[in-house]
Amino acid sequence: MLRLEKRPIPSRFWLYATPVVAVLLTMIAGGLLFALLGKNPATVIKTIFWDPLFGEFAWYLRGQLLVKAGPLILIAIGLSLGFRAGIWNIGAEGQYIMGAICGAGVGLALYPTESRLIFPVMILAGALGGWAWAMIPAILKTRFNTNEILVSLMLVYVAETILAKASTGFLRNPEGAGFPGSRSFSGSSFPAASNPELIAGSGLHWGGVFALLMGVAAYILLQRHILGFQIKLAGQAPRAARFHGVKPERLVLLCMGLSGALAGLAGMFEVTGPAGKISIDFNVGYGFTAIIVAFLGRLNPLGIVLAGFIMALTYVGGEMAATNLGLPSAAIQVFQGMLLFFLLGVDVLTNFRIRTTLLGVK
Amino acid sequence: MDIGGINPVILVASLMVAAVPIMLAALGELVVEKSGVLNLGVEGMMIVGAICGFIAAVGTQSPVAGFAAGAAGGAVLSLVFAFLTQVMLANQVATGLALTLFGLGLSSLMGQGYNGIKPPVTAKVPFGPLAEIPVLGPIVFGHDWMVYASIALVACVWWVLRATRLGLIIRAVGESHEAAHALGYKVNRIRLGCIAFGGAMAGLGGAYVSLVRVPQWVDGITAGAGWIALAIVVFASWRPWRVLIGAYLFGGISVLQLNLQAAGSGIPVEYLSMSPYLVTIVVLVIMSSGRGRASLNAPASLGQNFHAAR
Repeated sequence: MLRLEKRPIPSRFWLYATPVVAVLLTMIAGGLLFALLGKNPATVIKTIFWDPLFGEFAWYLRGQLLVKAGPLILIAIGLSLGFRAGIWNIGAEGQYIMGAICGAGVGLALYPTESRLIFPVMILAGALGGWAWAMIPAILKTRFNTNEILVSLMLVYVAETILAKASTGFLRNPEGAGFPGSRSFSGSSFPAASNPELIAGSGLHWGGVFALLMGVAAYILLQRHILGFQIKLAGQAPRAARFHGVKPERLVLLCMGLSGALAGLAGMFEVTGPAGKISIDFNVGYGFTAIIVAFLGRLNPLGIVLAGFIMALTYVGGEMAATNLGLPSAAIQVFQGMLLFFLLGVDVLTNFRIRTTLLGVK
Repeated sequence: MDIGGINPVILVASLMVAAVPIMLAALGELVVEKSGVLNLGVEGMMIVGAICGFIAAVGTQSPVAGFAAGAAGGAVLSLVFAFLTQVMLANQVATGLALTLFGLGLSSLMGQGYNGIKPPVTAKVPFGPLAEIPVLGPIVFGHDWMVYASIALVACVWWVLRATRLGLIIRAVGESHEAAHALGYKVNRIRLGCIAFGGAMAGLGGAYVSLVRVPQWVDGITAGAGWIALAIVVFASWRPWRVLIGAYLFGGISVLQLNLQAAGSGIPVEYLSMSPYLVTIVVLVIMSSGRGRASLNAPASLGQNFHAAR
């Protein structure tokens, strides 16, 4: 018989080994899935994990990697702070949309003014939009003790209808012949508000810069700042945190606000950069995938940066597999879901060890 | 007797249909939470139930087979959650989210090639002349058998939780798993059973969405119904009959807003279609605050994993 025995202290080895084992297990299970779909598993796995890095089109795809990893890392960093403290903001997708609408809205209101100040103001507006959207579940939680999981999730659906209204109504391009979607931010149409590639071919835009900066900032916050200590304490020992003088309400407002602002930033950078304009379906679920990224990175800022690139690999490689091998795009979503399952399952080894008990021996 | 272009009799009759999926899913989740487990994967189990039911019903041309397959699909998916949380002791919130993300992807993968197909029609119960009674006929006697089955299931769950030994054990496990373990009950096995029941009910609700309520297959067909079901459990303060009331309330709002859209009222369509989600938030706020807080009725061990030291 196999039996679990609690470790006196969590295993440091498994803390770092878990994500690696989970990725390997996902490749095996994913390979089985791809085989069931009638594809050669080895070819698909190679297309997803190898080709974007070292394949024929790697010169282009490596840049795409950064484009996808940027928003994922930015959102996941924010989420991880809350997750550590036991505050579950799962409505990042909604905050991402609202940040994009607010940021783009400010820019479009100033069209066609040309000033260096426009883009910084848009960045602020994007962060504020996401922050405000996250404040709704935060304030309801602190004032009325409402479950933040359900409220933040409901607000995703509300944000999606507002996005539909924005792209067909109040932000629609007046010169767009009635088609839905806002004015374009890309190219030369509105340079003051656009978020171009900073180094040609690298895929790095301001969103990627912010993501990496925030990763470092969050690392310092958690390692060196009293607030980071309080966040970790509140998650591991809520009672001890109260004795230490941590105010749970303040922590909820802070963590939700921060994660909302970062998600809003990600949305704003996306809509002015890679997406190019507000359209009814510019959001592709980064807000939800970022939850997987946060866990894959072990809620550790540096881990999240790494995890963001691995997840971006599944996006970029998945698109490659879809066009070259005809793999259904939903298969990648299943693949990403499986990754989280394996991660959560293997994680048991961090806190427990497996003991075998022989019959009759205790 | 139309009010603003909406016939109240048809409105009530159709809200009873609209309420079935969330009622079934919420009822299942209620049992799961009563046993002390928080499964946030309702949305994922519902949508997998929806596609499993749809495929089976289209394949066999039998709605009954469809509902059975929907329940089976939801239950199988919930066993993944049960394994991870009860055996591997994973965090319930994170695992539930994973279940939803996985379920959404899996359903859209399974549903390829099923767009635009009509499922077999679920028959209405033949009440004969009773259905001809004005007002009462369409409301009480004009539905398919799942509508009546869902109400019977509410009564069933209420009775089991309140009056049977099984119900007592489930509640004991949910209130204090330590005490239940000390009494010799297998906490994790009982929870596993409850999770599977919850999954089957969510799958059944999902199958009702794709077979009766919509009825066809589109990606993301459940559109947050699973999350609303989770909110209804809080609204109901973990009491089965209040689940029925909650489901009718939300069914009513979603039907009313659709009717208002069709009747061409002055309110923009976008604001109408976000109303069920906004109402959910408002209801959660009312139920969670003040005296008589819903959270006071929450099972004491809700969301905590149990690991028997020996």
